[in-house]
Amino acid sequence: MLEISHLRYEVTTEDGSELGILRDVSLTIPEGKLVVITGPNGGGKTTLARTIMGLNQPTGGTIRWNGTDITNLSITDRAKAGVSYGFQQPPRFKGLKVKDLISLAAGRELTPSDGCRYLTQVGLCADDYIDREVDASLSGGEVKRIEIATILARGAGLLIFDEPEAGIDLWSFAKLTETFERIHKNGDATLLIISHQERIIQLADEIVVIEKGEVASHGPREEIFPQIMARTLPGCGFMKEGL
Amino acid sequence: MEKLDWKLLKEIAELEKTPIGAYNFRVNGQSDERQTTANIDIQTKADKPGIDIIVKPGTKGESVHIPVVLTETGLKDLVYNDFFIGEGADVDIVAGCGIHNAGCETSQHDGIHVFHVGKNAKVRYVERHYGEGEGTGERVLNPRTEVYLEEGASITLEMTQIAGVDSTIRDTVVVVGAGGECILNEKLLTDGHQRAESNMEIILAGEGATGRVVSRSVGKGESVQIFRPCMTGKAAGFGHVQCDSIIMDNAKIKSIPAIDAQDLNAQLIHEAAIGKIAGDQILKLMTLGLTEEEAEEKILEGFLN
Repeated sequence: MLEISHLRYEVTTEDGSELGILRDVSLTIPEGKLVVITGPNGGGKTTLARTIMGLNQPTGGTIRWNGTDITNLSITDRAKAGVSYGFQQPPRFKGLKVKDLISLAAGRELTPSDGCRYLTQVGLCADDYIDREVDASLSGGEVKRIEIATILARGAGLLIFDEPEAGIDLWSFAKLTETFERIHKNGDATLLIISHQERIIQLADEIVVIEKGEVASHGPREEIFPQIMARTLPGCGFMKEGL
Repeated sequence: MEKLDWKLLKEIAELEKTPIGAYNFRVNGQSDERQTTANIDIQTKADKPGIDIIVKPGTKGESVHIPVVLTETGLKDLVYNDFFIGEGADVDIVAGCGIHNAGCETSQHDGIHVFHVGKNAKVRYVERHYGEGEGTGERVLNPRTEVYLEEGASITLEMTQIAGVDSTIRDTVVVVGAGGECILNEKLLTDGHQRAESNMEIILAGEGATGRVVSRSVGKGESVQIFRPCMTGKAAGFGHVQCDSIIMDNAKIKSIPAIDAQDLNAQLIHEAAIGKIAGDQILKLMTLGLTEEEAEEKILEGFLN
C-alpha cells in the first residue's frame, strides 16, 4: 500500500516568492490496484510521481510504502524497496545497449527469451532492438517503449508510469494496454499511471484528478470518469465563452 | 616469461598462454619468444631495433600477436615494426604495450608501426596500452602508426588506452587507396595528472576510398586530452570523423577535428562533442537500483565499450 500524507513540494521563484507545485497531497493507494492520475497540464502530476521515486525531495509531508516511511530514502534505496518509475522523457545513453539497460533493470544478465518477453510486451521485436544502442538513433516512441520495458523487467511492487502513451503508435499502444491489464489482473503489482488516454483510464480501479498541486477528486472510476467527461474544460470561463 | 609479464599480457592482449599462430613477445627491450607459421614470417631487423612481419598473399584467418612488456624502471624502448601484408590476405594483428613501473624513473616505449597492406587485403589491428606499478616513475607511451592501403585494401584499427599511462602522444597516419576502407576506433581514458594527445591523419587518396573515425574519451581528475583528427579527401570518397568526450572533475579536453577536401567529389563530415554525464542518465540508473557511483561506472563502461 502506498500512503501519501500532506505532501508538499515548493520551489522558490526568481522574485523570491514560494511557488507550491504540490500543495497538500494526501492519497492512499491499496495494494494491487491500478490507479490513473489525470488532470490538466502543469497541475503537479509528474512532480508527484517523481517525488514518490525520490527524484524530487518534498518540502513537507510523508510517503509510506508497505508500511515503511520512505520519505527520506535515497532514489537507490527506494528502488530496492520496490518503487519503480518510467520517465516521461527517458534519457538516452551513448554506448549502452537495450539489453544492457534491461539487464540492469532486471538485476541479472538477460536470457534471449527474457529480452524477447519484455520487449514484446511493449510492441518491439527483440531481434531488431536487443543489440541496439539506446542513443539518438532511436525515435522518441522507441526510447519510450524501451523505458517501459525496463520497468517491466524490474518486477517491482509499485510501478509508476508517466504518460506511457506519449509518442507511441496505435499498434504498440494496444499492446501496452494489454500488458497493463495483465499485470493488474495477475495482481503482480500496484500500478500508478499518469495518463490522459481514455483507453488507459478505462482500465483503472480508481482515478485521481490532480489540479493546481492538489487532489481535486479521487474515487472509483465509475464515479470520477463521468465527472471528467462532463467538464472537459475546467474553470476557464474565457475558453467556454470562446466555444 | 615471469608472472608479472603474463599479468600485463592479459591486460593488453587477453593472453593467458602463448597464442595460436605467429607471435613475437618483446620484454624489456629484448625479443623474448617468437613463433612463425608457414604463411607468416617474423624477422629481426638488421639496421635498427624491431621486426618485419611478412604475411604471404592469400593468407586467411591467421593472427599475429606482437605484445610488448616493460617491467624495468627507467627503460626507454624504441622499436620499429614493419608489416607487409600480401595481396588478398585476411589477418588479425594484436599489438599493445603494458608497462609496470615499480621505480622512480620514467619507463617509456615508443612503437613505430608501418603497415603496407596489399591489394584487397584485410587487416584487423588491435592495440591496447596499459600502465601500472606502485613507483613514482612515469609510464610513457608514444606510438606512431602509419598505414598504406593499396587498391581495395581495408584496415580496422582498434586503439585503446584505458588506464595507467601518464603521458602519451599518439600519431596515426592512414593513406587509403582506391576502393579501400579505414575504420579507426579510438578509446581513451585519462585520470590523475595524465596527459594524452592524439593526432590522426586519414588521407582518402584513391577514388571510392572510405574513412571512418570514431573517437570516444573520458577525462577524469586533473588530466588533459587533446585530439586532432583530420580527414583529407584527395579523390571522390567518403570520410566521417566523430569525436565524443565525457569530461569529469577538473579535466581539460580539447577536440580539434578537421576535414580537408581537395576534390570536388570528396564528401566529408565531422562531428565533435564534449560534455559531462547528463544528470538524467545517473538518475535513471539510480531508479533501477544502482548507487550513484555504480550508475556513473556503467555509463562510462557503456560509452567506452
